[in-house]
Amino acid sequence: MTAFIFYMFASFAIITGALVVTARNPVHAVLFLILTFFNVAGLFVLLGAEFLAMLMVIVYVGAVAVLFLFVVMMLDIHATTFREGFQKILPVGSAVALTLFAELAFVFGSWWYAPETKSIRALPTPSVSELTNTEAIGVVLYTDYVFLFQMAAIVLLVGMIGSIMLTMRKRPGVKRQKPADQVARRVEDCIEIKKVVTGKGV
Amino acid sequence: MDVGLTHYLTVAAILFTLGVFGVFLNRKNVIIILMSIELMLLAVNINFVAFSAFLQDLVGQIFVMFVLTVAAAEAAIGLAILVVFFRNRGSIEVEDINTMKG
Repeated sequence: MTAFIFYMFASFAIITGALVVTARNPVHAVLFLILTFFNVAGLFVLLGAEFLAMLMVIVYVGAVAVLFLFVVMMLDIHATTFREGFQKILPVGSAVALTLFAELAFVFGSWWYAPETKSIRALPTPSVSELTNTEAIGVVLYTDYVFLFQMAAIVLLVGMIGSIMLTMRKRPGVKRQKPADQVARRVEDCIEIKKVVTGKGV
Repeated sequence: MDVGLTHYLTVAAILFTLGVFGVFLNRKNVIIILMSIELMLLAVNINFVAFSAFLQDLVGQIFVMFVLTVAAAEAAIGLAILVVFFRNRGSIEVEDINTMKG
């Protein structure tokens, strides 16, 4: 049963991954990318990494893929011109990809664990009856790896500031709010109290 | 047939190869190249999680979270650069991105 589920998720992940790079329409490519992420999340559940599987679905499908979709739809690009030069590139690309895959296959075909591998583990996984996967990650992430955790937060902050700075632009002729002026506005500047004599008007 | 570590490594290798193939194949659309990079990072993550599960070592799963963080930041910055480039040049073809050539 496990084997069947593995082969299902693995084959779907590979097929949709192939469709991502060959899809004619970039919107379809993004949707196939989402499907690939879902299938790999299934593989992660099969490996016992439930927390990462859920993180994968939330971060990749919920944020990254939607960002891709947003940009694909925002940019006005012509789907018809994408396949020009496809035939010319195909042999070179296939040759490089096949060479790389052959190299990886050689590596995966002939490796073994060093005898002391089990004894030099940095952080042996606690058994599932003791701690669930999420608890086990949480216990070490905020203690032993808190420095790396903060570094990841800084990377995200820099990424956020960078992308805002890159894409922000000031267009002339557009009415904008000026928060500083609004905050600096005082009652004395905008309201004048006048004594009005009865029956005479202002 | 029992599913072992090699099965997961093979899936990861195929996905990584597809990512490299995608980078070569798509000369007309930088967005698909960025997606291919995401595919390659995904393959790396599969390797990390597979080794983590089969060696019973949790560090691999911790590291995947940092890979995810960097991938998200990279996608955001890459797409921002792409949007700015499209505003200036009106195209996202690889051949057009040559103004910085020395």
